[in-house]
Amino acid sequence: MKLAALIAVGMAVALAVSLTGQAPPPRPSAASATQPKPYASPKTPWGDPDLQGVWNDATSTPLQRPNGLKDVLTDEEAADFQSSLAHDLTRDRRDGGADADVNRAYNDHWMDARRLKITADKRTSLIVDPPDGRIPPLVPLSPERQAVRSSRAGANQRFNAGLPDDYTDMSLPVRCIIRTDSPPYLPTIYNNNFQIVQSPGVVAIAPEMIHSTRMVYTDGRPHLDRGISQWLGDSRGHWDGATLVVETTNFRSDDGVVFQGANPATFKITEQFTRVGPTSINYEFTIQDPATWTKPWTALIPWNKVDPEEQMFEYGCHEDNFDIVHFLKGARSRQKNAR
Amino acid sequence: MGARRRFVLLALIAPAALVGSLAIAQTPAYRPPHRPDGHPDLSGIWQAFVTANWDLQGHEAQPGLHPELDGAYGAGPAGQSIVEGGEIPYRPEALGKKKQNFATRAKVDVSDDKKWHALGDPELKCYMPGVPRATYMPYPFQIVQGSNNTILIAYEFTSATRIVRMNWTQEAPADAWMGWSRGRWEGDTLVVDVTGLREETWLDRAGDFHSDKLHVVERYTPMSPYHLQYEATLDDPTVYTRPWKISFPLYRRLEKNIQLLEFKCVPFTEEMLYGRFRKPGAP
Repeated sequence: MKLAALIAVGMAVALAVSLTGQAPPPRPSAASATQPKPYASPKTPWGDPDLQGVWNDATSTPLQRPNGLKDVLTDEEAADFQSSLAHDLTRDRRDGGADADVNRAYNDHWMDARRLKITADKRTSLIVDPPDGRIPPLVPLSPERQAVRSSRAGANQRFNAGLPDDYTDMSLPVRCIIRTDSPPYLPTIYNNNFQIVQSPGVVAIAPEMIHSTRMVYTDGRPHLDRGISQWLGDSRGHWDGATLVVETTNFRSDDGVVFQGANPATFKITEQFTRVGPTSINYEFTIQDPATWTKPWTALIPWNKVDPEEQMFEYGCHEDNFDIVHFLKGARSRQKNAR
Repeated sequence: MGARRRFVLLALIAPAALVGSLAIAQTPAYRPPHRPDGHPDLSGIWQAFVTANWDLQGHEAQPGLHPELDGAYGAGPAGQSIVEGGEIPYRPEALGKKKQNFATRAKVDVSDDKKWHALGDPELKCYMPGVPRATYMPYPFQIVQGSNNTILIAYEFTSATRIVRMNWTQEAPADAWMGWSRGRWEGDTLVVDVTGLREETWLDRAGDFHSDKLHVVERYTPMSPYHLQYEATLDDPTVYTRPWKISFPLYRRLEKNIQLLEFKCVPFTEEMLYGRFRKPGAP
């Protein structure tokens, strides 16, 4: 069960760990982070910037800045930061006793080694705005939304204790409904690949996990009717110079569909994809939800091109989701033995 | 059907089919516009309007699994065979498995890992449908023909995705539900060679099946701005006596602002698959 809980933690955005602490005073974001050197992006034959290829967004740089760190590190500081993060993240350590070893049996063989490196620009958080590198404070939630959160917390508790009542006690990733294919795209423990294919009027983004393709229509058509909501929302894009700007709406209202329990009705995400070098894309997203956070926030995640010989492979999930049955049978068996 | 009768049937039908395909090959009535790279652009949203997902071979209309509950809603339409020659050339010993598949198509038991895939049509369980079945399911799919030797095919059914690698030599690294697709152009026809298919996928609700030795060669030929002729040859010596062919048109979806929507069916299957493991008395 501990292994299961560990996997579940991994499925939730593993690197977006909540690191609490006093934020340093705001200072201007590093120019290198937000204003990349101009790069003449290659173009498709029909004249759009060419984002095609297989890209990987793995990094150990946390979403939120750890306690007291400045925003950009020197080479020496960066080396220390990277090795400290890598030490914490690696599952090949043997310094935690028997219980920790059992947990780490799902070891680095299964993980993406690229997740042990910080971003090349040596930032200490993926969040670039607010300047303190942290998700803004929550606004007071309505009693209804508090109730939804408590109910979810109860389900998580049952699941982590090895006692799920039902499949609905498991998260959407565990149920193989959506996983890291839902925007914003955040790095996780493995399968951090994205394949982009373009034809006139559409940019297809295929995240490795799960196998859904997000069609970003760039031909100026309107969003879907409000009456059609989707697990991955409905994306529309336009080109702003070399940048693909994507706005996504029409998310379903199920719990867990939008980031960290935001309100799907007021949640808005804008993503920007900019080719900043022959082997790199800057992926930047801004989330606003006045019903959840006191102000909008923005993160920047570098995507690195994957060697063309290293192909993205199909990620099946539901088809062989043996564990969902193991979790439930295990729970029924534990309850029977406890009586 | 006995071997002799099958032979007679083939002898009658095969020449007609041959004439048909020659006629298509020799009189290219339509010359599609070409992209700068010299190939037609197959991008767009396409859909088949055959009933082969119920049965590749000729079939009558049929009631649903629970006519007492779903009446005409659950019933399946009649349709003519899309198999060249009418029938799939099963090895005699393989026919039994097809019949058993059909008989147990709606029986589901995921309580044992080892028997997880033993029963039930994968479509019923919302598993990725494989190739060529994904092409003739009653859902649209979108072709995104990249300019970098990659063609992506996204299917509405369970959001399955396939990457067609053009002029690629590397073999499938492992079996996958949607297989390993390598493409090339033959004139204006996109030819896709598919191997590495998981043996668990079926070809239709009638229980038609294959093994992991299945080799599919698909051909997509523009017939008008609004039609592709689709053809697939299935070769699997462990299940069939010879390679066999299906063909049907694909129609371009032309509705204003048509787009691929989600048919994420996992939530529609969870009660069927996992409901029995719920805590007794839980809401």
